[in-house]
Amino acid sequence: MTAAAKTVLSALEMGRTMARMAHEITEKNPDCSQIILAGIITRGVPLARRLADKIKTITGVDVPCGSLDITFYRDDIQSKGPDLNAGRTDISHDINGKTLILVDDVLFTGRSIRAAIDAVMDIGRPGRIQLAVLLDRGHRELPIRPDYIGKNIPTARGERVRVKLSETDGEDLATVVEGA
Amino acid sequence: METVEKKFRGRHLLQIADLTADEIMGLLNTAYKFKDVSEREIKKVPTLRGKTIVNLFYEPSTRTRTSFEIAGKRLSADVINISTSSSSVTKGETFKDTVLNIAAMRPDAIVIRHGSPGAPAYAATIAGCSVINGGDGANAHPTQALLDLMTIHEKKGSVENLKVAIVGDILHSRVARSNINALKMFGADVTVCAPPTLLPHGVNALGVKVTHNIREAVADKDVVMMLRIQTERMQQGLFPSLREYSEHFCLSAKVLKSARPDVLIMHPGPINRGVEIASDVADGPYSLILSQVTHGVAMRMAVLYLLCGGAES
Repeated sequence: MTAAAKTVLSALEMGRTMARMAHEITEKNPDCSQIILAGIITRGVPLARRLADKIKTITGVDVPCGSLDITFYRDDIQSKGPDLNAGRTDISHDINGKTLILVDDVLFTGRSIRAAIDAVMDIGRPGRIQLAVLLDRGHRELPIRPDYIGKNIPTARGERVRVKLSETDGEDLATVVEGA
Repeated sequence: METVEKKFRGRHLLQIADLTADEIMGLLNTAYKFKDVSEREIKKVPTLRGKTIVNLFYEPSTRTRTSFEIAGKRLSADVINISTSSSSVTKGETFKDTVLNIAAMRPDAIVIRHGSPGAPAYAATIAGCSVINGGDGANAHPTQALLDLMTIHEKKGSVENLKVAIVGDILHSRVARSNINALKMFGADVTVCAPPTLLPHGVNALGVKVTHNIREAVADKDVVMMLRIQTERMQQGLFPSLREYSEHFCLSAKVLKSARPDVLIMHPGPINRGVEIASDVADGPYSLILSQVTHGVAMRMAVLYLLCGGAES
């Protein structure tokens, strides 16, 4: 039996939401040439790419865009065991002194973001780090607060939030599914 | 001691056969990521914070011991080196007692190099932690085969159907045995080449072609792996002299002409310049000898991560 999936963002809404987030980023960062976007693997990567495209449309600035893998920085290695499918961290631009914006699809406990901040600090020393998430589902376990939120969605702890992106999943759709 | 054994449900790496093909592909993927880490300014990740790794080496080693040490440290583990020349082994402590005493200090992994085949496998039965074979006699050297696989994979993209020659002292070579197992697992076509006295009995059973002629061995090959002539075996009269050996089995630029134009030359080190490999070949454009060493760190990081990275299976 599959639990009913409730749509929280349609493809159209996701597009508008991302456009708004791109505007917020340009408002908060008047000099967009100082920004570097880092998408957290997996789905943060295409989201960062989309934000970069929209920022380019708004400001004409080409914002560098990279991918960040957090496998070796996770705090649950002990309980979950090794993961041999790590992705490749690829941030070719010098991040020192820049505003590095972490991009992820869903913000939940905040533990991935803690790992991502540590991973960034091992690559360089950005002037500041900001956080952009498509969905904030609550239940934070660490003092982490996003700077840009696509949508706040109240969830129960056991529910699962699923973001599909055309680049990785063939369609744009965000859903909440009741926990099994 | 019984309780230590029973509690431990982790894993060992004693030979290539301890891994599945999927796991080896996963190790390759992971090792590439750790290679990136080694190229950063901060060459460290916190992955094995709080873990302890002991290097227990009964035979001399530069590359294997150093690269396991660097690998552990780049993963934030604490690494302790024990070389038998400066330990209680010189006072006559048995291998069993040494292993039990190290195990009593609760390391998460022990890397063992030993002259006797099976010593790491025996240690695995009493250590209560992961045991990694860092080379045991002429038996196996699995991490060397894995790093060699990575070196070939990085250059060629795949190992399947590649023609690989392994040339030199096959008889005494744990590197050859582990490499044959790994290469066969991924569908390579392996030829071994040595004088008859340096080939093990029943070498055909390993599924390899055999030749005694280096030109024939090298012809049309994608990869040529040279093995060190173990001069310490010279006394056994397995070949007349180093000079005569090198006349027939040295990889020279001239011999290399019959290989493919994109041939890869490998050697596990230490190399004997002018004996099994000519200096200009070892230092030449086809040589991946130092690349193998770089990959040794990355691959041993991947192996330590797999074996010590939590979650008892």
